[in-house]
Amino acid sequence: MALIDHDAELSRAGANVSSRLGSVVFFARRYPLGAVGALIMIMFVATAIFADALTTYDPFSTNARTSLAPPGSAHVLGADFMGRDVWSRIVYGSRISLAVGLGATTLGCLIGMVIGLMSGFFGGWFDLLVQRLMDIMQSLPLLVMALVMAASLGPSLGNTIIAIAIPLVPNVARIIRSNTLSLREMPFVEAARAVGMSEPRIALQHVLPNTLAPLIVLATAQFGSAILVESALAFLGLGVPEPHPSWGRMLSESAAEYVRTAPYLVIFPGLAISAVVFGTNLLGDAIRDILDPRQRV
Amino acid sequence: MALTAHIEEQARDASERVLEVDNLQTYFYTRTGLIRAVDGISFSLGRGETLAIVGESGCGKSVTALSLMRLVADPPGRIVGGSVKLDGVDLLGLDAATMRSIRGNQISMVFQEPMTSLNPVMTIGRQIGESLVLHQNLSRAAALERAIEILQLVGIPEPRQRVKEYPHQLSGGMRQRAMIAMALACNPKVLIADEPTSALDVTIQAQILELVAKLQRELGTAVILITHDLGVVAETAERVIVMYAGRKVEEATVGELFAAPLHPYTRGLMTSIPRLALMRGETKAVERLQEIPGMVPALTNLPPGCAFAPRCAFADDACRAQYPPYAEKRPQHWAACWHSDKLAGAIDG
Repeated sequence: MALIDHDAELSRAGANVSSRLGSVVFFARRYPLGAVGALIMIMFVATAIFADALTTYDPFSTNARTSLAPPGSAHVLGADFMGRDVWSRIVYGSRISLAVGLGATTLGCLIGMVIGLMSGFFGGWFDLLVQRLMDIMQSLPLLVMALVMAASLGPSLGNTIIAIAIPLVPNVARIIRSNTLSLREMPFVEAARAVGMSEPRIALQHVLPNTLAPLIVLATAQFGSAILVESALAFLGLGVPEPHPSWGRMLSESAAEYVRTAPYLVIFPGLAISAVVFGTNLLGDAIRDILDPRQRV
Repeated sequence: MALTAHIEEQARDASERVLEVDNLQTYFYTRTGLIRAVDGISFSLGRGETLAIVGESGCGKSVTALSLMRLVADPPGRIVGGSVKLDGVDLLGLDAATMRSIRGNQISMVFQEPMTSLNPVMTIGRQIGESLVLHQNLSRAAALERAIEILQLVGIPEPRQRVKEYPHQLSGGMRQRAMIAMALACNPKVLIADEPTSALDVTIQAQILELVAKLQRELGTAVILITHDLGVVAETAERVIVMYAGRKVEEATVGELFAAPLHPYTRGLMTSIPRLALMRGETKAVERLQEIPGMVPALTNLPPGCAFAPRCAFADDACRAQYPPYAEKRPQHWAACWHSDKLAGAIDG
């Protein structure tokens, strides 16, 4: 039998990782795809924060002379038909996407969590009523639902967030509810009762934390789809209004007329959307693995 | 009369009794019919005493335990009668909030499954500290310190490390120790241990039982030990109640019960324990291990007479016609059987 190098095996298992930086490096090695996802997300967030430093052109200023300028030394990614720098608009557009993604996911998950937990843990007429409501909401696709919401609420950043958050609720509520239903019967819930805990406290302290792992995976996926839906709403003219640069509307403005003459107007915003959605999904999977204490041996 | 003597004795040392259960009845209302899971159980528990409740699966032991804690799921179960007095206070009459303040504080429970009775995503320390935060208004930090002390007490090495760990990082025996620590955190008057060792290795079983006995001596907690294992009973308990089909069929001190079982069911339980002497063939005749024929009857459809009659070698028409009275057959030894005398004779003679 080949000799086993115990030290090498141990360091591969992360035994001697102590510092915070060390554990980051360790997890990055263990989940390389997650690290890629994290890198994309860090870049995305950094872009949104340091947008001013990353751009030379004002994303709003128009210039007839540079209309449809191809990518080159003046405009790295070209300029749109109003002569606005595409790079600047993509960089500033990341703020909109981040705000919508984060806002809609947080709001949707919070509402869904409360509904799902109450529905699953206490059951009864509340569960019945709420779940039928969720059925109705789920019978419409996410986009259609968001479309209806956005159209009735009117275009603004806040309304867009709400319009995307509400259709996310049923998914979250379903997952939390189904997890809660099985967790409710677990012996540790009974044990918590035997210790004298009240039902709401059991729900919050014992049941909810156990539903978080699937919720985080769902939330990261939702984060991606929230950005996608925002793009789609903008594409249809219902998202965040002009003149704010939104990736989706950059696509829609250019897609119909200029996709043949100036394909870079479509390619770059499209790439930005894909990269971020891809990044969230990769990161979500890795986070699930890391967060689950049963896998943290 | 035996019965009046029993009552007198109860009155005499009422102050010495921490828990008094009288005619407890817990019924389940199900589609298949009424299930009398606990049908008129009465017993009392002295301070620091260990009482074992023994019986096969489905005889109502666990439901009795849950009834004492008022944790029977309703629906389908309901405590329909009787009283459970903890230091004179009837637990069955308390409102839900008051009952919660007693659970885990004055009366607590250790469950059978140490694997699933701990929350997998919460550290051991927090789970043990929980009841302290709830009942003694300790801060989280103070509760954690206390949790470390208790873990030390239940014999977990390096408690300071362990409180930060999650349940999956502990072995089964360690988890059961942690469960016991959880149950004893508030120093309850009564500890109910529902099959605390059934899910553990035999070697660990002995350790856990020893631990319970040691803690009981140190803390003066009264213990109700629920088990199907007479070996466990012999090692730890002082008094035994044998349950069958929701009722008490026999009650005695451990020595008395093992010396002279007065109910055929108890005898059946005893002969179904493997004995080393028998296995080695040191006795004259190497007996085959006896099992009790048949199964616990469906509680929805109990026969009119003795519930054990269909499985009993002694059963006659009287048994099948009428339920035998529960009476003191020998001093401090009660049984519900028409043929106790025959059984006693078989042993004495």
